[in-house]
Amino acid sequence: MFELLGIAPQALFGQLLLGLINGSFYAMLSLGLAVIFGLLNIINFAHGAQYMAGAFVAWMLLTYLGIPYWGALVLSPLLVGAAGIVIERLMIARLYHLDHLYGLLLTFGLALIIQGLFRNSYGISGLPYTIPTEFQGGQNLGFMFLPNYRAWVVVASVIVCFGTWFMIEKTRLGAYLRAATENPTMVGAFGINVPRLITLTYGFGVALAAFAGVLAAPIYSVNPNMGADLIIVVFAVVVIGGMGSILGAILTGFGLGLIEGLTKVFYPEGSAVVIFVIMAIVLMVKPAGLFGRTA
Amino acid sequence: MKLKTLITATALGLIMAGPVMAIDVKIGVLNDRSGVYADLSGEGSVIAAQMAIEDFGAAEKGINVEIVSADHQNKPDVASTIARQWYDQDGVDAIFDVPTSSAALAVHEITREKDKIFINSGAAASEITGTQCSPNTVHWTYDTWALANGTGSAMVQTGADTWYFLTADYAFGHALERDTMAVVEAMGGEVLGTVRHPFPGQDFSSFLLQAQASGAKVIGLANAGGDTVNAIKQAAEFGITQGGQALAGLLIFITDVDALGLQTAQGLVLTESFYWDLNDETREWSARFQERRNAKPTMVQAGVYAGVLHYLKAIEATQSTDADTVMAEMKATPTSDPLFGEGEVRADGRKVHDMYLFRVKSPEESTGEWDYYELVATIPADSAFRPLADGGCELVQ
Repeated sequence: MFELLGIAPQALFGQLLLGLINGSFYAMLSLGLAVIFGLLNIINFAHGAQYMAGAFVAWMLLTYLGIPYWGALVLSPLLVGAAGIVIERLMIARLYHLDHLYGLLLTFGLALIIQGLFRNSYGISGLPYTIPTEFQGGQNLGFMFLPNYRAWVVVASVIVCFGTWFMIEKTRLGAYLRAATENPTMVGAFGINVPRLITLTYGFGVALAAFAGVLAAPIYSVNPNMGADLIIVVFAVVVIGGMGSILGAILTGFGLGLIEGLTKVFYPEGSAVVIFVIMAIVLMVKPAGLFGRTA
Repeated sequence: MKLKTLITATALGLIMAGPVMAIDVKIGVLNDRSGVYADLSGEGSVIAAQMAIEDFGAAEKGINVEIVSADHQNKPDVASTIARQWYDQDGVDAIFDVPTSSAALAVHEITREKDKIFINSGAAASEITGTQCSPNTVHWTYDTWALANGTGSAMVQTGADTWYFLTADYAFGHALERDTMAVVEAMGGEVLGTVRHPFPGQDFSSFLLQAQASGAKVIGLANAGGDTVNAIKQAAEFGITQGGQALAGLLIFITDVDALGLQTAQGLVLTESFYWDLNDETREWSARFQERRNAKPTMVQAGVYAGVLHYLKAIEATQSTDADTVMAEMKATPTSDPLFGEGEVRADGRKVHDMYLFRVKSPEESTGEWDYYELVATIPADSAFRPLADGGCELVQ
């Protein structure tokens, strides 16, 4: 059997698959960010906290109300998305006419508050959330043992990512949204309620984060810092993909997951920084990101 | 409320001290209050320090103790800045706790430079009382050598003689890996490889897969807190334990077991210097702690309590806060407290006491909340820690 740089091909396939799984989380989270930035021009720094809230709400639904995983997968994004809508109406909506920086500061502050509240109530060690019984166990693929749940994560992520892309780029609703971003006054003149459209978009972006949070709950520890650890990486993904580009966010999310997976094999110590190195290089060569339009 | 108690305590102290001059002591509890180690140290350590001051009856003995606390965010640079400010501007006499070995080593050096006292409970690197030992530091609760000696040798004795390490890539992980490797190899085992993961990590599946591919009988987790929790959780998911490989959590705290749940954690073998359910005294103290913290104490928090107690005893005996005088007294007097029993502070700063090897109970064996451990073996104080001569500490040569 041939070997590549001392790694057996079986091991390499395994690592690529794992990279793809991690990439699905990057893709889902960066997608939400890209939707919010692309259509609202808000840099949503609270995205990580909303992802964490999604996981926590799933845990609460199970612990306090006995609602299992599948219920949480639907309910948690709805609840967290609704909370996002309230935040958008009460606070973010007041910042649309100001510079990006204000939105960033507001959402960053919100993220700290949300994390602090959860930390205060639930500590930092994390809460147990078991894998739903349907997905216990795994498949032996020959080159690796693939847990069923991880396979489901990839499938769910691809469906959600494609669905979102399709909705925004190919449907009438998406066309309204894109038009409203280009020229809100004109679209408003056609009788479309632009502020409501924007509010719902923010709620949808937040719901995507919560959905990713529920998917993450059984494999990562459900703790208040889970989003903070991830959000910086996800921002790097969005920047590499091109701010606001839906397709860019999805493809870079998966792609960078793969690259990070490979780094974990060849130079594990560098796996925490590889994405930022790529970001620096991309920004030097293509300042608008790989899929971004130059303003 | 706290302020009020403090003022009352101070006033009481002043009245009762009478003609004897009151001694003012300021201690700083420096640890992680928001990150991965916040539950095992954090506010719980501050509460433990407060309890020590109250139990000691500092105010009645004419010693006014003030506590300050801060979050070092597990970053050595943040820890250094706070330690310098405390020593230079705020008049802090001694710093306690400081989990995260890289941060602890920074505070260790600053304490030496400023000639103050550092009583470490949270950090593990055995260099603190080894090659980098200092006349100003006491290492109280545990260290990487003791963990390796406990869990490492217990695993090898069961026949698990090939190891692969999954190591947190900073001072602590490196020290724990090195010390465990030494134990494994000394007992005739073999180390097949290591992989170092960024700290803190989130997804360990890639590293676990590499460990799985190595075919080692044991995967040694040379990490701590949330990293260990995630690694164990994901190892179960990837069928590693079902595949016949054993996991050795080289440093697991009771808060980690709580986070994992017994279903996932059952059967793990671990080494600790304190468990709330050891004897009547630990149970009584832990119950009082739980009233304030709503969780059982970790060994780190217990170590802060016992450390503060021993420090205050030395101040009472010497009627001084001078670092050299107090340290000489702490090393000259045997330690005695309800949590760690009898012990001593050695010349190299290592505090020695019994260590315990525990096995995590299954959900069926557990009789209630926080009933997590079954005592497997007691490692007596004289063999629980690295022999004085082996550490390479210049204070003992």
